[in-house]
Amino acid sequence: MAEAETPTARAADKLGAFAKAAKPGAAKGEPVKAAKGTLLYLDGITVSFDGFKALDTLSLVVEEGDLRTIIGPNGAGKTTMMDVITGKTRPDVGTALFDGRHDLTQLREEATANLGVGRKFQKPTVFEPLSVFQNLELALASERGLLATLRFRLDPGRRARIDEILDVCGLGDLRATPAGQLSHGQKQWLEIGMLLIQDARLLLLDEPVAGMTDEETAKTARLIHDIKRRHTLIVVEHDMAFVRELGARTTVLHQGTVLTEGSVDAVQNDPKVIEVYLGR
Amino acid sequence: MASQPAPARAGTGVLGWRPGAADLALIALLLIALVGMPVLNALPPDSGLKLPDYMIGVLGKFFCFAMLALAHGLVWGYAGPLSLGHGAFFGLGGYCMGMYLARQKAISAGNELPDFMVFLNWESLPWWWTGTHLAPVALLLIVAVPGALALLFGYFTFRSRISGVYFSIISQAMVFALMLAFSRSELGFGGKTGLTNFSTILGFSVSDQGTRIGVYVATVLALAGSYLLCRWIVRSKLGQVLVAIREAEDRVRFLGYPADRVKLFVFVLSAMIAGLGGALYVPQAGIINPSEFEPAQSIEVAAWVAVGGRGTLFGPILGALGVNAAKSWLTGFAPELWLFVLGGLFIAVTLFLPKGLAGLWPQVRAAVAKRRGGTDG
Ligand SMILES: Nc1ncnc2c1ncn2[C@@H]1O[C@H](COP(=O)(O)OP(=O)(O)O)[C@@H](O)[C@H]1O
Ligand SMILES: [Mg+2]
Repeated sequence: MAEAETPTARAADKLGAFAKAAKPGAAKGEPVKAAKGTLLYLDGITVSFDGFKALDTLSLVVEEGDLRTIIGPNGAGKTTMMDVITGKTRPDVGTALFDGRHDLTQLREEATANLGVGRKFQKPTVFEPLSVFQNLELALASERGLLATLRFRLDPGRRARIDEILDVCGLGDLRATPAGQLSHGQKQWLEIGMLLIQDARLLLLDEPVAGMTDEETAKTARLIHDIKRRHTLIVVEHDMAFVRELGARTTVLHQGTVLTEGSVDAVQNDPKVIEVYLGR
Repeated sequence: MASQPAPARAGTGVLGWRPGAADLALIALLLIALVGMPVLNALPPDSGLKLPDYMIGVLGKFFCFAMLALAHGLVWGYAGPLSLGHGAFFGLGGYCMGMYLARQKAISAGNELPDFMVFLNWESLPWWWTGTHLAPVALLLIVAVPGALALLFGYFTFRSRISGVYFSIISQAMVFALMLAFSRSELGFGGKTGLTNFSTILGFSVSDQGTRIGVYVATVLALAGSYLLCRWIVRSKLGQVLVAIREAEDRVRFLGYPADRVKLFVFVLSAMIAGLGGALYVPQAGIINPSEFEPAQSIEVAAWVAVGGRGTLFGPILGALGVNAAKSWLTGFAPELWLFVLGGLFIAVTLFLPKGLAGLWPQVRAAVAKRRGGTDG
């Protein structure tokens, strides 16, 4: 591979080492190969705000196709971690690689997005005066340049794709409604729909069920199970019932660093976790 | 779910507008302006309906203001940034035209230098006046100079993520700086007096009524062309991106759109339209001087747009025409009242017509539809 002499080569080496350490079974694999399967690689990420460390040598590895849930008390640094991944916040130190070769710490938000990182914010942000359909049209994977956007045509293929996503997130009847008129839950689904139609490889969902009714939460869990078949997902959540429902590998963040990682059951029974989080 | 609006044509901006109504109104307005006014002007003086000659110039200036408002509304109403310095672009376009006209005057008098330079005992033309006697060069400068300033200004402000009130204040500072600079006669633009006493434009005498009608018609056509250009942009997907930037700029970046570049594009285009408006203003006003750069002038532009309707293209045009008509009517007998009236108008519109005059029609229609729809639930 030509990447051998690039600045990221060092990181790729580290990545190999990390993969070996993390997964003893895969220890024989050569570093580059390990890097290939790893969609997101964070190592030693530190972010401080006026001396306060929102993230403290955080490390996280997510493989292509994974569904990963991240839990942690308020202020643990979950949102800041997403800010680092999406280029909104620059870490003081640390490595953030996408797909084993893109250095996320050097990219602007739009460049990161165009690599295939999609994000749903904690506070739902849809474009309120635009219709549900138009919101999806904006998110629809297409060339993002100025001229391409000016010349964009909504051909039947694209229209069908939007219809399909409208269906997936159950907003078909509301396609012409301005997004501002949607209920809280509907806005969340629209945002998830926008992520899907963006065709991102890695989807970051920040507290997707916050403020939802139980019924809406259940529907969202089904939606995520549906999505995970085709996308890599990182879901940040508070709601333990929802996390159990997803039943995925779970990372616990506490004070900007990883407290523990494992299955939902293992994490829930971990005394450290009970102390800082569940046993509050 | 009761208040679902009619399904929008996908791929076009909705924004509360049923496309068409505004276009029709504008076409009617432009036809009256283009045909009706010159015909009224051509009537015999004793017919009682004759539009006085000077009124053609007055209306022409209003249409120049309408171009400025359209340009301003494209940025403020769609992309979000509130410029309080659009007079800079209008004025620069005006000065480029003024230079051309001043050179024409000098040439027809057999001089190389415009009068004011002779008066200042300047020996030769400053380099920045090179080529300004040529109409194509002047035309190029009219859009290129405002465009270049907007490019520079927009590049640094948008890149540094300067927005909201900070952007507005810096844009005021920009136009204020221009006023100070252009007031200095060393700069070679006639100082506080500016450029005036023109003789010919494209070889025609500026004082002939025929020439005046010609400039007037060119202005109306330039407005129509600018409107079509802006309409094409706001109806394209880029127009949706603009609205999205206005609503949640960060989110647009996370979708992968180059938000800075998109804003820069419309800002530069807007400056060019404003510059063209300023250029057409000068032969009709007969003068260009640093008062065009007065900060208050640029604030007034924002008031026209607010009164006419932010977030539409027709609104700013309507606002500029309406407010300026009211202004020239009122200043006829009580000029000292104007600022109070403008302020009152601004407040009234903000309180009662959040979408401005252009929003009145959809608002009325929605009310009527609601009353009618009340029976069938
Ligand atoms: N821009 C910022 N400036 C200062 N402090 C911040 C900023 N962003 C986050 N923080 C702080 O960093 C910590 C982690 O925040 P956050 O990542 O939002 O936590 P979480 O999403 O896990 O609740 C919090 O203590 C928060 O106050
Ligand atoms: Mg958070």
